[in-house]
Amino acid sequence: MRYSAFRIAIEALKGHKGWKPVWRKPEPKPDYDIIIIGGGGHGLATAHYLASKFNQKRIAVLEKGWIGGGNVGRNTTIIRSNYLLHGNEGFYEFSLKLWEGLEQDVNYNAMVSQRGVLNLYHSDPQRDAYARRGNAMILNGADAKLLDSAAVRKMYPFLNFDDARFPIQGGLLQPRGGTVRHDAVAWGYAHAADKNGVDIIENCEVTGFKIEQGRCIGVETTRGYIGATKVGVAVAGNSSRVMAMAGMQLPLESHVLQAFVSEGLKPLIDGVITYGAGHFYVSQSDKGGLVFGGDIDGYNSYAQRGNLPVIEDVCEGGMSLMPNIGKARILRMWGGIVDMSMDGSPIIDKTHIEGLYFNGGWCYGGFKATPASGYAFAHLITTDMPHKTAQAYRMDRFARGLMIDEKGQGAQPNLH
Amino acid sequence: MIINHPLLGPRDSSEFSYLGDAALLNRPSAKSETATDDFYRYQYLRDNPPGEHRELWYHEHGDRSWLVITRNMTTHAITKVELARDVKRAMIEASKS
Ligand SMILES: Cc1cc2nc3c(=O)[nH]c(=O)nc-3n(C[C@H](O)[C@H](O)[C@H](O)COP(=O)(O)OP(=O)(O)OC[C@H]3O[C@@H](n4cnc5c(N)ncnc54)[C@H](O)[C@@H]3O)c2cc1C
Repeated sequence: MRYSAFRIAIEALKGHKGWKPVWRKPEPKPDYDIIIIGGGGHGLATAHYLASKFNQKRIAVLEKGWIGGGNVGRNTTIIRSNYLLHGNEGFYEFSLKLWEGLEQDVNYNAMVSQRGVLNLYHSDPQRDAYARRGNAMILNGADAKLLDSAAVRKMYPFLNFDDARFPIQGGLLQPRGGTVRHDAVAWGYAHAADKNGVDIIENCEVTGFKIEQGRCIGVETTRGYIGATKVGVAVAGNSSRVMAMAGMQLPLESHVLQAFVSEGLKPLIDGVITYGAGHFYVSQSDKGGLVFGGDIDGYNSYAQRGNLPVIEDVCEGGMSLMPNIGKARILRMWGGIVDMSMDGSPIIDKTHIEGLYFNGGWCYGGFKATPASGYAFAHLITTDMPHKTAQAYRMDRFARGLMIDEKGQGAQPNLH
Repeated sequence: MIINHPLLGPRDSSEFSYLGDAALLNRPSAKSETATDDFYRYQYLRDNPPGEHRELWYHEHGDRSWLVITRNMTTHAITKVELARDVKRAMIEASKS
């Protein structure tokens, strides 16, 4: 089914009785050319690009739960391409460009809203670092504007500008950054992939790999054995767990990241603001809730729920930046398991096992990467060569000393 | 989370900072023939299991001792707390015998 204004008008006349499910619920076939494990944003995007851009056929996405139940439906929906380092910035800018055409490409309203992402700075050295980052962005074809405090005051007059310890001196604005309705991204990619014949199989957990003579020839699942010529893994926080079934140890730790939504408020924040002196970032949803978050809890976890100290820390950050939200009540909060890598950057690469490909290490920031990650992974699976924007995301970069460490923290995942 | 410190009793986990897998106590020898590969594995690769995990915590806002905590990564339940120095001594003893 194609979605369009015309279709809505027709359906309105027919009492909306003609809408069909967004994707089929097929039974697994005995074998496929390509199996993608993980029906999150990255797995579904990979399937979509494999079918639509790389001419691949007989593709299945195996998801242990339901589509959108993982991090793709748990994140705070921010997209941006404001990285500093070579190897990252080109990739994230490619992703932002794909976001800009996503809804037409998948024929689904994902509410891509380029409302601007503003990173605040509070000191001279921080301003210099942001100026450098802005230049790196511009060199990679992205957009960036360095604002002084007067310009920020015009956008958000209610911020705590004259704080004695952390005065707001200005900000680095990426006007093309913004937010996207996260679960509509999963549904949109699922819809488009399904239309191209991809089997999206929910409630199908992969429990083992069949590896013969160094080659992966299929997967064991809770719905039986399924053969495959190629298998791509995109399971985010479960990466170590799944790859351990192929005998691999990864440069990753799983950590919990929490997110929060306040009660609905009148329009207050029309973009995305990140605090430069504490762990707090915020945007406002179309329903009026403030959507905000901060740091990861900081210890390994598979629990999909966080603890109180981080909630307190995030709320303190919020109060210090915008004291006017003090009386807003938090309606709900949740946690997702993020795959924190040893340098804070992702991996999209072949493994030493023939026919087995790995995509992971997205840390707390892989939502914005969804389109480019899917595109680059589809490219890799089809051609066995990394996509030109993802050449730095190799598995062996840690052994070779080619880390992409934006924060310069070293091999300490909870500090990235 | 409450961490039952072997010397100080129950303390809030926010007094501690987290380092990671207690396998870090097992530093490879720089003299080994395979040192390059050993150090790569030691520094970068982790088991990261969904169940029981032995991990290093530092009592930063307390007595500054290092602890080895056995914790379930899915339930967060802590089943054992030891002083890292005792664990390391036992490892050295075990390697002698
Ligand atoms: C609270 C929070 C806020 C975030 N905010 C942002 C943000 O603002 N901007 C941003 O860019 N990023 C953000 N992120 C990060 C982003 O959400 C993730 O990096 C990204 O969604 C991960 O890729 P994914 O969508 O494919 O993951 P997921 O949606 O987690 O997909 C992985 C899927 O694999 C499935 N799976 C696991 N094991 C198996 C198995 N054995 N068999 C079959 N299926 C399996 C899981 O069920 C899951 O559905 C945030 C994350 C969290 C938790």
